[in-house]
Amino acid sequence: MDSAQAYGYMLYFVSLMTMGGIYAIMCLGLNIQWGFTGLFNAGIAGFFAIGAYVTAILTTAASTSHLGGYDLPVAIGLISAMAVTAVIAWLVGLLCIRLRSDYLAIATIGIGEIFRLILKNEIWATNGARGIAKIPLPFESLNEPWNKIGFMMLVLVIVTVFYFLIERARLAPWGRLMTAIRENEYSARAAGKNVERVRIEAFVCGSVLMGLAGGLMAHYIKFIGPGATEPLTTTFLVWVMLIAGGSGNNRGAILGAFLLWAIWSFTEVLTGRLPAELAVKAAYFRIFLIGLLLQIVLQRYAGGILPERRPSLNIKA
Amino acid sequence: MLTVDSISKSFGGLTAVNNCSFTIEAHSITGLIGPNGAGKTTIFNVIAGAMKPDTGGVQFQGRNITGQPAHKLFHLGIMRTFQIPQEFFAMTVLENLMVVPAAQSGENLFYALLSPGNVTVREKEVRDRAVDVLDFLRLTHVIDELAGNLSGGQKKLLELGRAMMADPDIILLDEPGAGVNPTLLGDLAEMIERLNKERHYTFCIIEHNMDMIARLCDPVIVMVEGAVLMQGDMNTVRADPRVLDAYLGGDVHGAPN
Ligand SMILES: Nc1ncnc2c1ncn2[C@@H]1O[C@H](COP(=O)(O)OP(=O)(O)OP(=O)(O)O)[C@@H](O)[C@H]1O
Ligand SMILES: [Mg+2]
Repeated sequence: MDSAQAYGYMLYFVSLMTMGGIYAIMCLGLNIQWGFTGLFNAGIAGFFAIGAYVTAILTTAASTSHLGGYDLPVAIGLISAMAVTAVIAWLVGLLCIRLRSDYLAIATIGIGEIFRLILKNEIWATNGARGIAKIPLPFESLNEPWNKIGFMMLVLVIVTVFYFLIERARLAPWGRLMTAIRENEYSARAAGKNVERVRIEAFVCGSVLMGLAGGLMAHYIKFIGPGATEPLTTTFLVWVMLIAGGSGNNRGAILGAFLLWAIWSFTEVLTGRLPAELAVKAAYFRIFLIGLLLQIVLQRYAGGILPERRPSLNIKA
Repeated sequence: MLTVDSISKSFGGLTAVNNCSFTIEAHSITGLIGPNGAGKTTIFNVIAGAMKPDTGGVQFQGRNITGQPAHKLFHLGIMRTFQIPQEFFAMTVLENLMVVPAAQSGENLFYALLSPGNVTVREKEVRDRAVDVLDFLRLTHVIDELAGNLSGGQKKLLELGRAMMADPDIILLDEPGAGVNPTLLGDLAEMIERLNKERHYTFCIIEHNMDMIARLCDPVIVMVEGAVLMQGDMNTVRADPRVLDAYLGGDVHGAPN
């Protein structure tokens, strides 16, 4: 292996870790919603898209093709992405949280798609199908590969910080309350818990992470268009990651994200080698492979690779 | 303390509760008996805010609480248990109890993350209390077991345990003795008496076990077909021909053949 090849592998690894990390943030968000609280959010793509566009509009240089840009620092872009997602998730929560879980799934699919359609069609703000380009990558002034490595480190630090925060909250009365509502809402109500309020809180917390992930993705690929927010590569993949990794387990969520992203990106290499007449069907083939993999994982590990574990008396004492 | 005033509740064409009125006096242990399907559980559901009545109202400590949501009623001092146990399935027995107490500031995300001293102190308080309750209910050996794996009787005890974790003014117990072994049943009755005397909790107990009702309850309310048939102390109730006819029949311990 010559040094150019080694360099290529290194860049591939950095990209795997960066993308895996961004997915891990979404997975942690879905874990708060579904894993802890039992909320079936099937509109991940919508919140991801909102976060991506907010930071894109705020941090790009002034442009005539879309709203803004306001040339603000990346940190402000990302924080705003989270804030805007929070407000929108809160409104969606007020509207839908009373629905039973299967209906919530349907409602969130619809709402997620509505967000995406709005973003696609409000050309004055988002440049429509052509998307927003030249989104700044933090650490851009560094030389390749250090800019990429810097961004990877940023993503991994964010994953780590959120992991510790969410794990701490999970083990606190907060997490216990969320899971009590997941397990039996009647009993939770009889114990004085305001089920709707708590569900909205979980929905907002999870969605904020999805918005943050969207923002990070926009900076990473420096471009955001409707294609980058496809439900297939967001909603579907994140769900598979969480279920395979272990719903209710933060480490499982992170493991699932990195593992599935590695496999997903490997299937691209694989389908890239298909003969031309099959290559058009590559996307379906990849979904099929991922679905098959999920089946195999769940056959062997019913609760995912790292299943949920409840805190025991001894751990907490 | 608690007044049920002309409550009616139907499900489709079926009238479960039909113009039912009664009063539960403060510090009493009131029994609520009647045949299957008499509407006892439905009345509990209405009182505790799990269902809204079609007509009629509920007053509690001088305030109209009709139609208030269950979680608000808990904070006003009403705790109920379920006839069919409603445990937090995939949570441990200990957690099942620790969920219940009010005023857990650690349920707020920011307090949970910052975890200031008072959150830790409160958490320890709640845990110690839960451990005591489990000790009392003889469930200590399953403290870290998932509640969904418990036996039917153990789940029934856990229901009671959750009620003991709240600090309510009134506890509505829906068949607390069903499926519980006889020795423990005696202890249970003793505990209810003690909580009533020492902590001044008011109880309303639905039971089909007449020994338990006779031991604990005064007065006893008899419901039949959604309405109150009569009310009185256990001896009066037992001697009443209408009650014998509608519910107790002739074969109940202590009743004339
Ligand atoms: N949620 C519901 N939907 C439809 N019907 C119901 C519902 N809850 C109760 N009922 C009906 O109302 C009637 C009264 O039921 P309820 O549970 O109050 O009886 P109960 O007095 O508690 O009886 P048991 O001693 O058997 O527990 C029954 O005929 C029951 O089928
Ligand atoms: Mg009943």
